[in-house]
Amino acid sequence: MGQAFARLKLVWLAVVAMFAVAVPGALVAQDGIAPESPVGEVAEEVTQAVPEQEGAYSPMAPTDGVGMPTAPQDDMLASMTFQEQYSETGQYALWMHDYILLPVITLISLFVLGLLIYVIVRYNKRANPVPSKTTHNTMIEVVWTIIPALILVVIAVPSITLLAAQYETPPEDAVTIKATGYQWYWTYTYPDHGEIEIVSNMLSNDDAIANGEPALLAVDNRMVVPADTPLRIQTTAADVIHAFSVPSLWFKQDAIPGRLNEKMIEGIPEGVYYGQCSELCGAKHGYMPIAVEALPPEKFAAWVAEQGGEMPGAAEAAPAAEGEEVEAEATEVALAE
Amino acid sequence: MATTAEGFDIHTEDHAHEADHKPGFFARWFMSTNHKDIGTLYLIFAIFAGIIGGAMSGVMRLELAEPGIQHLGAAVEFFGGNASESANLHMWNVFITAHGLIMVFFMVMPAMIGGFGNWFVPLMIGAPDMAFPRMNNVSFWLTVAGFISLCFSLFVPGTGPDALGAGVGWTVYAPLSTTGNVGPAVDFAIFSLHLAGAGSILGATNFITTIFNMRAPGMTLHKMPLFVWSVLVTAFLLLLALPVLAAAITMLLTDRNFGTTFFDPAGGGDPVLYQHLFWFFGHPEVYIMILPGFGMISQIVATFSRKPVFGYLGMAYAMVAIGVVGFIVWAHHMYTVGLDVNTKMYFTAATMVIAVPTGVKIFSWIATMWGGSMEFKSPMVWALGFIFLFTVGGVTGVILANGGIDDNLHDTYYVVAHFHYVLSMGAVFSLFAGFYYWFPKMSGKMHSELLSHIHFWGFFIGVNIVFFPQHFLGMNGMPRRIPDYPEAFAYWNEISSYGYVVMAASMLVFFVNIGWSLVAGKAPGKNPWGEGATTLEWTLTSPPPYHQFETLPVIEDHHDYHDHSQPEAKPA
Repeated sequence: MGQAFARLKLVWLAVVAMFAVAVPGALVAQDGIAPESPVGEVAEEVTQAVPEQEGAYSPMAPTDGVGMPTAPQDDMLASMTFQEQYSETGQYALWMHDYILLPVITLISLFVLGLLIYVIVRYNKRANPVPSKTTHNTMIEVVWTIIPALILVVIAVPSITLLAAQYETPPEDAVTIKATGYQWYWTYTYPDHGEIEIVSNMLSNDDAIANGEPALLAVDNRMVVPADTPLRIQTTAADVIHAFSVPSLWFKQDAIPGRLNEKMIEGIPEGVYYGQCSELCGAKHGYMPIAVEALPPEKFAAWVAEQGGEMPGAAEAAPAAEGEEVEAEATEVALAE
Repeated sequence: MATTAEGFDIHTEDHAHEADHKPGFFARWFMSTNHKDIGTLYLIFAIFAGIIGGAMSGVMRLELAEPGIQHLGAAVEFFGGNASESANLHMWNVFITAHGLIMVFFMVMPAMIGGFGNWFVPLMIGAPDMAFPRMNNVSFWLTVAGFISLCFSLFVPGTGPDALGAGVGWTVYAPLSTTGNVGPAVDFAIFSLHLAGAGSILGATNFITTIFNMRAPGMTLHKMPLFVWSVLVTAFLLLLALPVLAAAITMLLTDRNFGTTFFDPAGGGDPVLYQHLFWFFGHPEVYIMILPGFGMISQIVATFSRKPVFGYLGMAYAMVAIGVVGFIVWAHHMYTVGLDVNTKMYFTAATMVIAVPTGVKIFSWIATMWGGSMEFKSPMVWALGFIFLFTVGGVTGVILANGGIDDNLHDTYYVVAHFHYVLSMGAVFSLFAGFYYWFPKMSGKMHSELLSHIHFWGFFIGVNIVFFPQHFLGMNGMPRRIPDYPEAFAYWNEISSYGYVVMAASMLVFFVNIGWSLVAGKAPGKNPWGEGATTLEWTLTSPPPYHQFETLPVIEDHHDYHDHSQPEAKPA
């Protein structure tokens, strides 16, 4: 799996490389075909970023068993372990748990249980009426000190590797999203996308079920992100400590007033990933879920436009970026008049 | 030791009438300076607090039995509030807070250190009493006052006039405990910790002084029973850790009431500072709760295997090592606050190191039984249950120790399962083991072995049904401290709640057993457990005389836990 981890990394790089080629190409190809946009003010930007105008954004339907807990009725085994992982470090962490930690702790527990059963059977009063007088044995004491230490060293290697991977600095072009915890909802700001601010409240159980989403996990406005793009997640809070957590991305970071925590989520596939606030934050702590929706980058751009923001990449893609911005502003002024 | 005990006994009988003159009821129980009476008071208090804390967990398991909010409104009304959505949800947080604080500060700690520590440290080292008998009494009543303050907090406003009680979690994190719960309930909860903490610090100084200065002639440190070692290490942990807690919660109080901003970023403070201070106390605290249990298990395993403890020195210094390392791993409770990567790597490595001395203890217990002649009396079955379940709780701790893995498990039910395996099964199993081991000595009545075994199997099966499924819930993503949960978590929560019923039923057997034995139990004699019980308390009558060891017993050289060249001493 160490190899698989490297392979995933390659796949990820390939995906990024594909977009590096494909996206600007698409932008050029679509230049000039500018259908009438419902959002007049940002029409200019939308035409830059969106290859096909497919109408307004509508929330993606979640896939059962993806990005959410599994009920035992659906899959007993899946309900007893971690959710399927969709981030690179998450897959590595899950592998480490499933193939190193879980076997080791299971074997240790069974070993201790076996020893206990053996001494109970072999050294009870009936089987062994005369107790031995042994009180120490230096060799065995050294052995049972050294061997657990060696096992821990073996565990430490992937553990430290995982930590290092989780703390990798996001690349410069990572999409920044700031999640702010409030009592009891989240807001998501996109500082590089025209300071869009999304306020995300939990849906009532009825609304969630009507939407085909799991109750207590569904929200009215999701944190929408581009798929297969590194994300720079910043967390902070406005009142008390909250924690931004998405189990299927192996991501949890406290949102603390007066502090800005930052951590990367590498490119994740399209889909909806649910989570819940994971630090006690008052009465409705259980009612401030998190829903992350990863869209293809072009759809993400459309969503950004719809929220009244702008894509930072749009300016870089065209050489006359500044001029266009001025032009865009001029258009806005003209529209306003 | 045989000669010692006989010599002592003859001497006591001569003076028994004078020595056993007991004060009247009020003076004996309310102004007590006798370590055995104070120990009894602590045990009664711990059982009482345990019933309340256990009833609270019953309400919580009832609420969690199915999704939605069903029973919290009734709880709000019970405490005199008006049920409403916010009051009901706040009530949940009050329950988790009170359950945690009661079980930690008013059940496990008083039972282990105040109860068994008071009773048996002086007896085991051959001392007539504790070093500071009156301070011992102060320790106990401070603990009671702390408990009353905590109970009082349940009836005063927490977040608002209708939302009563402190809904802050046992960790009392700022700013939820400052700006997040503005009512006086949190002040009472904090004051409760001050009182209990002061009581524990006084108790700790008392134990350290007693153990260092009042050992009988010949009882060198390396001949002390392991239970005394465990209490000595625990007392040092208390003495070093509790003042840090006191400082942290005092800063909370001044932040709340006097406008300071220790933990408020608006004034240059830092909420994470509180967490560092709390866990600098909090991690040693978990060893404070388990180390005396280790000591008890060592005594019991040796007694019922009829063999001295294997690797005595290794066992004693493993506890010292656990105590020392326990002070430098605190931030593994804070892996998600945004620690530096190097910090997280350090705390991952340091935390895993603790598994080594803990492993030494587990293997030494098994080696003690190896070659022994085991008898499965009630204390021994609890001890065997302890060894296995503590191992299970320990290995999930190794998983949580990995900072990168903890990113997913932090603040989920996996953590709840883990710490209940080491506390609700580790600490509590050792408490029951110790209780059945010493109950005949303390009360002068034998308990029913049959009822004790029924209690064991009911409790063993019950707690496993309660807590094992919580590993699944946690891995699947269920956060802790929530009263309501997505439908997917319903099945394992329901199973977990059934387990509570089994556990609670077994507790009824426990109380019947105590009641029955107090009324009709047979006299156990000096030593009901046979030749394996070699420590000094078994040389005394059951219950021991009001004042014991007026002539100090002399521990002879040949009685040595780690010298197998000498023949084993036989008790009287």
